[in-house]
Amino acid sequence: MPAVTSQQVESRVVEALASFGPEPEQITRESTFEELDIDSLDLVELAQIVEDEYGVVLKGEDMKDLQTVGDAIDLIVSKAEA
Amino acid sequence: MSEREGCALVTGASRGIGAAIARALASDGWPVGVNYRTDREGAEAVVAEIEQDGGRAVALEADVADPAAPDRLFDALESHWGSRVLTLVNNAGVNRDDLTPSLRDEDWSEVIETDLTAAFRLTRRALGAMLRARTGRIVNIASVSALRANPGQSNYAAAKAGLIALTKTAAVEVARRGITINAVAPGLIDTEMTAGLSRDLLAAIPARRAGKPEEVAACVRFLASEDASYVTGAVLTVDGGLAA
Repeated sequence: MPAVTSQQVESRVVEALASFGPEPEQITRESTFEELDIDSLDLVELAQIVEDEYGVVLKGEDMKDLQTVGDAIDLIVSKAEA
Repeated sequence: MSEREGCALVTGASRGIGAAIARALASDGWPVGVNYRTDREGAEAVVAEIEQDGGRAVALEADVADPAAPDRLFDALESHWGSRVLTLVNNAGVNRDDLTPSLRDEDWSEVIETDLTAAFRLTRRALGAMLRARTGRIVNIASVSALRANPGQSNYAAAKAGLIALTKTAAVEVARRGITINAVAPGLIDTEMTAGLSRDLLAAIPARRAGKPEEVAACVRFLASEDASYVTGAVLTVDGGLAA
């Protein structure tokens, strides 16, 4: 599988998060899930999308420490490269 | 018959309540996966009947207690019709009745695995696509034995009560995605599973008769329909008043 770039992941994650409610303009790497009103069900769905598209499996324990959008992007990229 | 964007899976649908549910969903326009464990002939007869009535169905072999069953069933259905499973009916169930002091470990675990754990695994698999689709229907076939004690069924009652708790908890988790999860609790229904039971039981039933599989299926058809969009986390008893 070709290497996944951080930029590709960022753009896909922003697209997915926007589908859960927040405006795309509000979503930055520094945004916290709390301020975007993204809850655990949204993160479950994000994990499904990430698994379908990048083959990366995110379990509950991986996700519980994620605070910001940047945390999620970095985690996905690091698992995709592993 | 309405055009459906997804398909339905009914487990344990080669006979009895499951077969009636498969027929009822098919008559409502659902393409139906008719799951069976060993009764292939029964499942294919259900498929033939559905097709004869203008519906769509396919027989799918799997023991739902097998951890690999959900992926096999869902992958097969999704590729057969090119659509996601958007209605799941967890109907497959077994009983191993005996009084509690005499129940063996395997009598306990087989019933829990098939009647409860399998439903959890199938629900988990179904919710992935349903979350993405922003719609879905899961109906779990429980039993009045989960609501009102019936001697000789502590294993079955525990599994079915667990199924009701799973129904309610999962329902509130996913309700805002347009997914409903409900349970139907049949009482004494005329099927092979109850054929050996004494008809003296009828005296305890306010309606003074056993129910028909079609009467349970009608409730499942309602819960799977658009009309039931605001019904979730509910338990619908179909028991002629037995547990009232």
